[in-house]
Amino acid sequence: MAKVLLEMKSITKTFPGVKALDNVNLQVEEGEIHALVGENGAGKSTLMNVLSGIYPYGTYEGDIVYDGEVCEFHNIKDSEKKGIVIIHQELALIPYMTIGENMFLGNEQGSKWCIDWNKTYAEADRYLAMVGLTESSKTLIKDIGTGKQQLVEIAKALAKNAKLLILDEPTSSLNETDSRALLDLMKKLQREEGMTMIIISHKLNEVSYVADKITVVRDGSTIETMNSKDEEISESRIIKGMVGREITDRFPKRHDVPIGDIMMQVKNWTVYHPEFAERKVVDDVSINVRRGEVVGIYGLMGAGRTELAMSIFGRSYGIGISGTLELRGENVFLKSPKKAIEAGIAYVTEDRKGNGLVLTNSIKTNTTLANLKAISKATFIDKDKEYLVADEYKQKLRTKTPSVEQLVGNLSGGNQQKVLLAKWMFANPDVLILDEPTRGIDVGAKYEIYCIINDLAKAGKSVIMISSELPEVIGMSDRIYIMNQAQIVGEMKASDATQENIMACIVKSGSEA
Amino acid sequence: MGEFNIKNFLRKYMMLIAMVAVVIVFYFLTGGKSLLPQNINNVISQNAYVFVLGTGMLLCILTGGNIDLSVGSVVCLAGGVGAIIMSKNLPWPVAVAAMLGMGLLVGMWHGFWIAFIKVPPFIATLVGMLAFRGLANVIMQGYAYQVDDASFLSIFGGGDSCYIPDFLAGVGPDVGLNKTCMVFAVLVAVGYAIFTFINRSRLIVKGYKVDAIGVVILKTVLIVAVVIWLGYKLASYKGIPTVLIWIAIVLGLFAYITSKTTLGRNLYAVGGNEKATRLSGINTKMVMFSAYTLMGLLSGFAGILNIARLMGSQPTYGMGYEMDAIAACFIGGASAYGGTGTIGGVIIGATLCGIINQGMVIANTPPNYQTVVKGLVLLVAVLFDVIMQMRRKASKKTGNAAEGGAKA
Repeated sequence: MAKVLLEMKSITKTFPGVKALDNVNLQVEEGEIHALVGENGAGKSTLMNVLSGIYPYGTYEGDIVYDGEVCEFHNIKDSEKKGIVIIHQELALIPYMTIGENMFLGNEQGSKWCIDWNKTYAEADRYLAMVGLTESSKTLIKDIGTGKQQLVEIAKALAKNAKLLILDEPTSSLNETDSRALLDLMKKLQREEGMTMIIISHKLNEVSYVADKITVVRDGSTIETMNSKDEEISESRIIKGMVGREITDRFPKRHDVPIGDIMMQVKNWTVYHPEFAERKVVDDVSINVRRGEVVGIYGLMGAGRTELAMSIFGRSYGIGISGTLELRGENVFLKSPKKAIEAGIAYVTEDRKGNGLVLTNSIKTNTTLANLKAISKATFIDKDKEYLVADEYKQKLRTKTPSVEQLVGNLSGGNQQKVLLAKWMFANPDVLILDEPTRGIDVGAKYEIYCIINDLAKAGKSVIMISSELPEVIGMSDRIYIMNQAQIVGEMKASDATQENIMACIVKSGSEA
Repeated sequence: MGEFNIKNFLRKYMMLIAMVAVVIVFYFLTGGKSLLPQNINNVISQNAYVFVLGTGMLLCILTGGNIDLSVGSVVCLAGGVGAIIMSKNLPWPVAVAAMLGMGLLVGMWHGFWIAFIKVPPFIATLVGMLAFRGLANVIMQGYAYQVDDASFLSIFGGGDSCYIPDFLAGVGPDVGLNKTCMVFAVLVAVGYAIFTFINRSRLIVKGYKVDAIGVVILKTVLIVAVVIWLGYKLASYKGIPTVLIWIAIVLGLFAYITSKTTLGRNLYAVGGNEKATRLSGINTKMVMFSAYTLMGLLSGFAGILNIARLMGSQPTYGMGYEMDAIAACFIGGASAYGGTGTIGGVIIGATLCGIINQGMVIANTPPNYQTVVKGLVLLVAVLFDVIMQMRRKASKKTGNAAEGGAKA
């Protein structure tokens, strides 16, 4: 039995009017990787914020016992002094500073009055080597990919003499290769440095891959802790703990509707990067989608999926676009999102907050934004009609909110996604391109989104679903395109698809290139 | 529903309450002089430009906290153009058209650079601030021009005839009041009350949520009382200042545009999230362009009001007007990041500024201190907004946790 490094005892954290954490107990042993899983809003982040001093001592009840002593953290500095370092989901790096400057930001090397840059960069290089990065520490952050930025975050944490590392959804913006590299790094740190780590993640396959112990948090309480030494932890076992029931069917059954004619056809579509004009981000891609069909596009992040979708959607991404686009059998040229919407295409972005919603506006105004024409006469908005429309979609999609006047920024991820879907459904398109429609939302909300997708197909819409989750693509699609390195490298019926043969397509194309 | 929540009430009406407090403070500081009819009248006519320019500024601020530094210079330029035209004995409508046209052109000039060429608004309008001031000097060659076209002055509220004539003076006994003004105030008050209740019952019929009847009655009674009180004060002086009508028209028009038209909706959306708006099929460049074009047009209009009130034009007119307009917006609760703010806020912000200015003058505050006070007022107002934002963020976290929706 290893030494218990951290024990959180009966932690209760109350916000005005709601108990976010209710009598939570968590025990982490030295040198283990401990995973926290739970649905959105279960209280995982709140718990970690209590631990790292973001919610200072005194604002919660219960004790934090770390390394044998009761701790009273008043801010992040306090907890970092003890070696507890949290890496947040959103990367906190400054793009126009070098890796080295970022790593020692707030922890500058040298004396108080004079930063020792030689020492800074030498130290930085040492830590970079530890996380397996070969970049010079004088490289600017903006010049390295997200995967490497995440590694820099870890190096930064190591530079703070971390003993307990907390990673909040470290892989949520990484592709599968980078995710795997990160998880392997975690294992390496555990093995070689004896590092203790807590990982929060939604990706259950990653959790079962990396964690020694898994604690399930539900509704502000810790439900159970599974130990991988005692039992084989399968994904369905974890899901059972998270939702309190076993989800046997993660994907709803498709309505039995015939698939119609070809609705949209893209031929020899090539797109260049807007800044690096010689780089092809979409290379000679040809795809089509029929009425009532759900077509999945599987590909890792950076494969060019989003670029493909956005370039189809009124050329809203990329330059030097060539190729043809046919809608309902006719050649069309869509020069702006406006034209694309008029032609019946909708693009539901993967980046809800950045590209999708106006967070400072209400559900109502977000719902109607893409189709204001339908609720206004000669630019004058009929507010009653608008309210009714928004309310109708709220009920149809079962968006959880007291009123459609609620600001979208106040909603959870799953509900925001529903508002985004409502917005595009109200635009009444024939072709919906859904880019990662279930990213960052919990299991229950995912299921509801799947149901909506099926309903859309039933109504004769053509749905293109871009996803980097294999089970989702296989479970939801009629037909699957596989995309890698800007090209379509495979196409198969969903009935023929397995995780193995899809991955095989990608591996094969990778080795050819 | 209808629960009376003191916190929400304070949050919603903070600036209004502050305004009332300021009025009371100055009432005592000036020994009651600040509420004399003439002084109330002066607050309105001296600050007309703040209302008009604040309205335009709000449009720009909505698009993402962008401001227009050039408005003072544009007021001067447009005014100069008008004054010169009238000094050549051309008919006043020509001058008015030229001034509005000038403003429109300047607005389009700014809009072009900002929306289509992507010059940062701060810089584009700083250029305008310098260049158009210079241009005003060039066309006026440093001279002052007089405006004495009687019909121009009476329509836009300048000189002795800057009040709506008392059509009802002969009706009934002489009570020492401007009867037109009094009747008008009563009509507005009654109209407002009737509209409020008709609208409320309409909403009830349609099954929407409405405020509790007690709150509505209280609010209506207060507004009616203020309108009648204001009408009485103005009636005891010389009646309705002409410029008040113009302010009301501009404010009403733009309140409508911002809240009920697609253009208004687009302004808020662009300020809230430009990318999402563009991907919703809205031409965001056109939205930016419209905001600055309308700002220009309103600057031109403010130029008209300005030369009418001052009965002439000088190359120094309009100095610092942009700062008053910006201050009015921010005091009125517009966000410095764009996406939020209302015409109602501008009205409150501009009025508050006006009252403070006026009050300090009457209370004999040394002029040098007056700007210090104005600056501090802006700080306090924005501080209030910032604190509210922080609170809201904190309570948002709670709210989400309650729905089981926070990012865990």
